Amino acid sequence: MNVLEIRNATKRFGSLVALRNVALSVPAGELRAIIGPNGAGKTTLFNLVSGFFAPSAGSVLFAGRDVTALAAHQRVALGMARTFQITEIFPELTVFENVRIAAEVAAGYRLRPRLGRSERAEVCRRVEQTLELAGLAAKAKRLAGELAHGDQRVAEIAMALALKPRLLLLDEPTAGMGEQETQEITRLIRRLRAAGELTIVLIEHDMRVVFHLADRITVLCYGELLAEGTPQEIAANEAVQEAYLGKAA
Amino acid sequence: MNSRAGAARQAGTALLWAALLLAPYWLPWVGGYTALGARVLVLGLAAMSLNFLLGFTGVVSFGHAAYFGLGAYGAGLTLKLLAHSTPLALFFGTLAGGIAGALLGALIVHLRGVYFAMVTIAFGQVFYYIAFRWNSLTGGDDGLRGFARQPLHFAGYAIDILNNGHAFYYFVLVCFAVTVGVMALILRSPLGRTMLAIRENERRARFLGIPVERHIWVAFTLSCFFTSLAGALYAMVNNFADPMGLHWSLSGDLVIMAVMGGMRSFWGPLVGAAVFVVVQDFLSSITTNWMSFVGLLIVLVVLFFPRGLLGLAQRRGEA
Repeated sequence: MNVLEIRNATKRFGSLVALRNVALSVPAGELRAIIGPNGAGKTTLFNLVSGFFAPSAGSVLFAGRDVTALAAHQRVALGMARTFQITEIFPELTVFENVRIAAEVAAGYRLRPRLGRSERAEVCRRVEQTLELAGLAAKAKRLAGELAHGDQRVAEIAMALALKPRLLLLDEPTAGMGEQETQEITRLIRRLRAAGELTIVLIEHDMRVVFHLADRITVLCYGELLAEGTPQEIAANEAVQEAYLGKAA
Repeated sequence: MNSRAGAARQAGTALLWAALLLAPYWLPWVGGYTALGARVLVLGLAAMSLNFLLGFTGVVSFGHAAYFGLGAYGAGLTLKLLAHSTPLALFFGTLAGGIAGALLGALIVHLRGVYFAMVTIAFGQVFYYIAFRWNSLTGGDDGLRGFARQPLHFAGYAIDILNNGHAFYYFVLVCFAVTVGVMALILRSPLGRTMLAIRENERRARFLGIPVERHIWVAFTLSCFFTSLAGALYAMVNNFADPMGLHWSLSGDLVIMAVMGGMRSFWGPLVGAAVFVVVQDFLSSITTNWMSFVGLLIVLVVLFFPRGLLGLAQRRGEA
């Protein structure tokens, strides 16, 4: 079954067409990378999927259900979580509190004025597990805004994971990271896949990360779908080399 | 660092409660009086209620006097026309301001920043002019008079909060303690944490699955209920409600108290209210231009202690 399906999505901003008639299906459990030169429409695609804005035409299906008309928070409730290209965290709260807010929303407690002892313990256990998985357990009590850039990126992923999503959208998780941090993120993403049937869609510029992790790759160029296939197929695709890889050389 | 700062904070809170509990006994020694203490509590409660929204949800309202004043008129009118009962007056006063806040809040929660602030001012002024003009009901410019807080009755005991200033102070203190207790509980709950999340990063909050507008509405409505309870108490301090209690300048005063005392700290607005009320009380007996001195004080605080008076004290404590 397809966890994510985009049907002929078009997004216009005034006279600019950011996405033109893009169709995409991601089956359950797949890790799909989306690549393309700057301005190809990758983040616009994420914004359509996560409900940041509505498409000008076309539709978005999540686990077979049309979610095009749903607000962002409703899509999260269905099991969709995302991170942002520029880190979005709660800087003046601790790492633990950052993740706890996500865990409490996921548990359906967001409007609760108080929690029972066992409910609170359950949430804390969930937060600790998530921090452990993300490798942030030692930094749980630090203010999120005081972490190094790489750790902030990981904290944002941890918040998304605490939502227990079925679909995780990662927008350039290694942006602005050094060699070692990039490797750590790559390992984290690989651990996530090993842990369950999480479906991941990843926007990424670092081709080593992409070819290392992706089951399949979708290439966007000037808002249109250029190619789609396995890493080997994409590497061998002449149109892709010309439009994207070739440009870099 | 955490345990030591935590211990310092607990000690500070204990000291604060001790000072509030003993206020009728030490206030005369420093030239104060018990009614001044009650005023500090009431305005402090209003400033803390505003700060529930301002400091902990990150939403600026410049119209909270509307709910404060509705609480005051609601309590006054209840005592005057409906029932000679202090608890009922508090109840209906709180209900009046709280329900108005809930209704108006629903209309404006999709607005942000300065637009939200301006609409809150506009709504506040509507209530001010109604109170100012509706002479027959509200007493107009002269304010609402002809009512008095009533003794409390508990299982055969009567507590004369009308004539006994100390008893009235402790009555206000109990109301204050219960309300700020509720506030503190909410701020430590999942609901409170979603408010902090919205303050910290609205976009992140939304994409963590928090319907931001609905939660701002909840925070706004709660804040209005707390504020109007403070207003209802205020009507009982002087057995008087006047249109200035609805005027936007009072909204501004509440924001000043919160900012001066420290928006990011729970008790900051109470400290700000204490400084404001005492300075006002002291200077207004010397000069009619007392407000310009308050203004100078605010400028100094904002320039040199951007986290407010209590924010400064806490930073010292943690260093």
